[in-house]
Amino acid sequence: MRIPCPICGNRDSREFDYMGHALTLDRPAPDAGLGAWDDYLHNRENPAGPTRDLWFHGLGCGAWLVVSRDTVTHEVFGAELARDVTGGRA
Amino acid sequence: MRLASGGQIDRTQTIGFSFDGRQYEGFAGDTLASALVANRVRVVGRSFKYHRPRGVFTAGSEEPNALVTLGRAAAQDPNQRATMVELFEGLEARSQNRWPSLDFDLLALNDLAAPFLGAGFYYKTFMWPAAFWERLYEPFIRRAAGLGALSGKNNDAYHEKAFAHCDLLVIGAGPAGLMAALVAGRAGLDVILADEDSRPGGRLNAETIEVAGQPGADWAEDMVEALRAMDNVRIMTRTTVTGAYDGGTYGALERPAPDWAGHSDAPCACFWRIHAQRAILAAGALERPVAFRNNDRPGVMMAGALRAYVNRWAVSPGKAVTVFGNNDDAHRTVADLLAAGIHVAALIDSRPEATTDLPVRRYAGAQVTDAHGRGGLEAISIATMSGIDKIRTDCLAISGGWNPTLHLTCHTGRRPAWSPDLAAFVPCDGAVPGMITAGACAGDFSTHACLAAGVAAGKAVAKDLGKRARKTDLPRAEDAPYRIRPLWAVPGKGRAWLDFQNDVTVKDVKLAATENFTSVEHMKRYTTQGMAPDQGKNSNVNALAVLADATGRGIPETGTTTFRPPYVPVPIAAMGAGAQGKGFAPQRFTTSHAASVEMGAPMVEAGLWYRPGYFPRPGEKTWRQSCDREVGMVRQAVGVCDVSTLGKIDVQGPSAGAFLDMLYCNMFSTLKVGRTRYGLMLREDGHVMDDGTTARLGEDHFVMTTTTAAAGQVMKHMEFVHQALRPDLDVSFISVTEQWAQFAVAGPRSRELLNGLLDTPVDDDSFPFMGCGPVSVMGVQGRLFRISFSGEHAYEIAVPARFGDSLFRTLVARAEGMGGGAYGMEALNVLRIEKGFITHSEIHGRTTAFDIGMARMISAKKDCIGKAMAARPGLVSPGREQLVGLMPTGAVKQLTAGAHLFCLGEEAVRENDQGYITSVGFSPTLGHFLGLGFLKDGRARHGEEIRMVDHVRGVETTCKVVDPVVLDPEGGRARG
Amino acid sequence: MRFSGLRVLKEGLTGNRGWRPHWRDPAPKSDYDIVIIGGGGHGLSTAYYLAKEHGLANVAVLEKGYIGGGNVGRNTTIVRANYNLPGNSEFYSHSLKLWEGLEQDLNYNVMMSQRGVLNLCHSDGQRDAFARRANAMINQGDDAELLDREGVRRLVPYLDFDNVRFPIYGGLLHRRGGTARHDAVAWGYARGADSRGVDIIQNCEVTGIDIENGQVRGVQTSRGAIRAKKVALVVAGRSSQVAAMAGMRLPIESHILQAFVTEGLKPVIDNVVTFGMGHFYISQSDKGGLVFGGDLDFYASYAARGNLPMAEHVMEAAMTLMPMIGKARVLRSWGGIMDMSPDGSPIIDRTDVAGLYLNCGWCYGGFKAVPGAGHCLAHLIAQDRPHPAAEKLRLDRFRTGHGLMDEEGTGAQHNLH
Repeated sequence: MRIPCPICGNRDSREFDYMGHALTLDRPAPDAGLGAWDDYLHNRENPAGPTRDLWFHGLGCGAWLVVSRDTVTHEVFGAELARDVTGGRA
Repeated sequence: MRLASGGQIDRTQTIGFSFDGRQYEGFAGDTLASALVANRVRVVGRSFKYHRPRGVFTAGSEEPNALVTLGRAAAQDPNQRATMVELFEGLEARSQNRWPSLDFDLLALNDLAAPFLGAGFYYKTFMWPAAFWERLYEPFIRRAAGLGALSGKNNDAYHEKAFAHCDLLVIGAGPAGLMAALVAGRAGLDVILADEDSRPGGRLNAETIEVAGQPGADWAEDMVEALRAMDNVRIMTRTTVTGAYDGGTYGALERPAPDWAGHSDAPCACFWRIHAQRAILAAGALERPVAFRNNDRPGVMMAGALRAYVNRWAVSPGKAVTVFGNNDDAHRTVADLLAAGIHVAALIDSRPEATTDLPVRRYAGAQVTDAHGRGGLEAISIATMSGIDKIRTDCLAISGGWNPTLHLTCHTGRRPAWSPDLAAFVPCDGAVPGMITAGACAGDFSTHACLAAGVAAGKAVAKDLGKRARKTDLPRAEDAPYRIRPLWAVPGKGRAWLDFQNDVTVKDVKLAATENFTSVEHMKRYTTQGMAPDQGKNSNVNALAVLADATGRGIPETGTTTFRPPYVPVPIAAMGAGAQGKGFAPQRFTTSHAASVEMGAPMVEAGLWYRPGYFPRPGEKTWRQSCDREVGMVRQAVGVCDVSTLGKIDVQGPSAGAFLDMLYCNMFSTLKVGRTRYGLMLREDGHVMDDGTTARLGEDHFVMTTTTAAAGQVMKHMEFVHQALRPDLDVSFISVTEQWAQFAVAGPRSRELLNGLLDTPVDDDSFPFMGCGPVSVMGVQGRLFRISFSGEHAYEIAVPARFGDSLFRTLVARAEGMGGGAYGMEALNVLRIEKGFITHSEIHGRTTAFDIGMARMISAKKDCIGKAMAARPGLVSPGREQLVGLMPTGAVKQLTAGAHLFCLGEEAVRENDQGYITSVGFSPTLGHFLGLGFLKDGRARHGEEIRMVDHVRGVETTCKVVDPVVLDPEGGRARG
Repeated sequence: MRFSGLRVLKEGLTGNRGWRPHWRDPAPKSDYDIVIIGGGGHGLSTAYYLAKEHGLANVAVLEKGYIGGGNVGRNTTIVRANYNLPGNSEFYSHSLKLWEGLEQDLNYNVMMSQRGVLNLCHSDGQRDAFARRANAMINQGDDAELLDREGVRRLVPYLDFDNVRFPIYGGLLHRRGGTARHDAVAWGYARGADSRGVDIIQNCEVTGIDIENGQVRGVQTSRGAIRAKKVALVVAGRSSQVAAMAGMRLPIESHILQAFVTEGLKPVIDNVVTFGMGHFYISQSDKGGLVFGGDLDFYASYAARGNLPMAEHVMEAAMTLMPMIGKARVLRSWGGIMDMSPDGSPIIDRTDVAGLYLNCGWCYGGFKAVPGAGHCLAHLIAQDRPHPAAEKLRLDRFRTGHGLMDEEGTGAQHNLH
């Protein structure tokens, strides 16, 4: 699998660490309640198909990426910096 | 038998080799298989289950029968396909899976017991008595099973791995692949052309076909020359593309040329990871046999393979050859045999409409029903309209048609489609993104069609990648139609083999269907069809057809099994190259490593690092003696310990304090410049991730430390928190672990030792407990932290790594002059246990701040990672195991880490479990063992006596629950 | 038909004409007491124990493909009960006891072979953690031995004791652990369930779950609607999709675990050996193939196939630990789809929908759990209260934090367990 790092270009997936679905960017408020936190940390759509998940370019530039890809075909559609996704939202 | 002339062998170069101890000769250009055929060796192996004698069956990597062991001792290499082994001087090959010899194999008795050993028989028996499975049945089965044997010695051969990148990977250098590479190469693409064979050309090397008016093999040679002349084309022979993976990644195994054999400095294989923007699969096709009674006799072989032996290697496996087929290749085979002067006893064509002009005894609409000759083919029976004919023959060539070599197109999960015209599976378009197919592997079987498909594929890729393909003339070649009438299995009695290697017969597949293993996957798993080393290359389609017939379904409805990587078996040593010995993971050394080794310290692994266990002195016989002394040194004088392996992260920026507040559960933004604070870091799930001290060197400048084990994880976590959760914070950080050498200087005389080195002496005012700041150490700018992991008055002094070795030696020498010295991990561990300080033995990923008595550190004034989930009811409820200290009180004065705790008088069973011990050390200071552990509601149980049971070490005692901090609970020693 | 050596002999002498289907292929009825979604190892064993232990045979097992086509047929066949934490301890212990004697119970040779599972440790800290686990195993009533370096050497002398990157300090030996013939386990349970009246329905994909007023009423399938009083989801690898039909979002992320097998070789590895520092484990099958695997491919996937980085990592671990197998050739690789839960431990529980039961989250421990999971789920379905061996396998533990079973201590990140 190749991940198109916005900083480094197309790189072998062996340079990256994976950390699950990109909903982890949507950290609930401290007082959002147990249900919200349970959903945030544990419960997943776990789609069979297109998804967005978090990859860390640890053996590269050190950027956290949001990668769009397909969990069935392993096709990678693109990647953006997590910083931009979170920053754009704030 | 070698033919008098012809072939692509070098008859001037004779090569000596041995098989089963007998010496033979072959020529340069021979494979082991062709040389054995030349020497009239018919039986080359025994089958897996029935131990039937077997001969060479194919001429390629799909060979099911001729598996041999090469070499001896550590070089012993089992299950080598004789068809792929290029002959070299001194090659030593042995047959496998037979005892005592290939000719007389005791387990051939299995063949007589065949009625009882059908598909899946073992699921129905060997169940009584139950204990006999492990003791009797299974050991016997295991010894009988298996093919070749490993030597049992460590791998002695050198393997490599490599990466390659290209615009286009062409897989297969037959007519299609050569043309595709030529077109793409001329268009300027960066091309890799990989072929499994030692000689590019594919089937052209095995046939008498002409291309562009010259013999096909010669044309291929010219093409290769033209391709080699292009800088942008790289030809990799002896390279099998083994797998297609995601994102245009391919695995490939490159074997050495035979003249490398025996050279210890040359790799004996290289595993390539090829990243290609596009790929053209031009892997050709594999011929398939026809099932009939005893079709596994030595002397029966594939017709295409026979042509290869005759045309390429100028050998004939028989004197009176018969040919049996259901398509025109049978006729081509007869023509080639006759041209080579080999006697053809008969041509049996199962198609009633078949005709031929060839001067040969001909049976049309007939089928071979049996092969005779135990040790090798002597005659065949032929069913004709008029009855059974028996013909003497010592070699039978079979052609059941061709299966496109589409395996790689299945590697990413797509299944092929059935083509009724070809009676074969053909690849699906776009099965592997970026890969197209060309030539026989796509079902184009004529040479002309292959050449044309190669050109078209090369052009398509060039266009796709934005290049213009130059006009390419298509060389002239035959364009014979492929006429086939499917024939999978000849009906009749007896056993007709499908999977030669695993001894799966038509009967087995039918039995599977009877027993309702009608899914093709069930049939495969029940009969083991297709699971042998050839991975069903010779047999899967036939078996599928037999199953379809048995279940009354069509072949497409019956389905197909999936081909999975690798296409050919890959040595573990090749894919795991570089890791043998220490190469598996990097080794990290501190700046004091050399000095520690010189002092005789055993270096132990701490993650990827190596740290000294202890520093033995003359007269000390056990590690405990050294450890006790080192603890005493620190408690009474001064000790020096390298702590550079702790992660050191430099954090700077206006938001550095706020960032650390987010990371740690306690506050750092309030920390004063020049002060250091202990921090506890939680995971978002509320459990402890790591701990360490953080020093504030400036208003916007912190240096934090992590534990050795968690340094990488913490750094990644910090990047996440910053980039993904709080990009608004103006903070930068970088790991400086390797930039700074850092030493703990601990003990009542630590300041005295340091002040001998520091250009400006320190005192309680300039460096109070938990103070920090810059210092000058013998002219070198460093940092000093007054922190203690031993409970003593202690410092950690850091200097740029290049001064580490020198500083360590100086510190140790001066410490020794003061009654102290270096101390290692063992002493460090005892010192911290005496003080109740935790390590990852305690914060093992399941403990909370509440469990270790630090719940109050979670600041109420701010949010932090893990705060919300740490408040889950289950993480703060009564009944959780809490950190306690333990002292032995029973007759046995020893504590052991890993022991479990129970209430006095209660049985040591799970239901009574009260906790466990995490860390243990003998405290020379107190004169007894001390432990740290977790005990249910332990904080409320100080003073209670409990039972410790370590079943596996045979230690049991009672111990008293105490506060984790046993020594100097007020902390006066560190402050003083 | 009862299987035995005598039967094999008799059939062999009479042309093997008397063999019958191991299970029937009935058409689905419109109504069952219990519908089990998923004809894998767990689903089939659940049906078997429902019929055998609870006398409930009006049961259908619905399988979208062929039975045993999921993870029960795509694993490294290891059976063990060597867990550290309460919840896992008693459950896997229970399952192992069912394994012992399974052939006789099923009258099907699943080739359960107690050849011993050896976990290697590579530091003092790991050894102490192993001691804790070993003691937990003995406290549970299972077997465990702590071997020192020489003890390991006596058992598996072929390891590279001198040069391995992470030296071998010792090992945890669990003699009752071993391997079994994975496909046969599915087939044996299918045959056992079928012979007791359970309908095993292949090529029947569930497309919807009918729920009325919080009560399950049945399922919609590719072969029509089927009513049921109780429905169990036993679909590892597809748990999230099927649960979504009931409006549930599970604490599951799907990941690929690759495994590998070599060409057949004469016996060379007798036990199951695991190398903790390299995420590598290996055994040798009765056919002679070395069967081995490693860690997850690390990214969420349903592709049932892996990529090269992890494959290479696994082979690298093999080469540092036991370079003796360097010349063995990898014949085939495959990938199973793992239901990864947030603490790496499984779930057998009721759901918020009355009559709907859940079995998921087996991570890569599902094969050894086949008898135990079926036995406990059958108990839960039949009696509507958890079996004592599985009462800690609760769905709500992540929300409440009570009874988390994070054996690896890596926290709530699905792919780290």
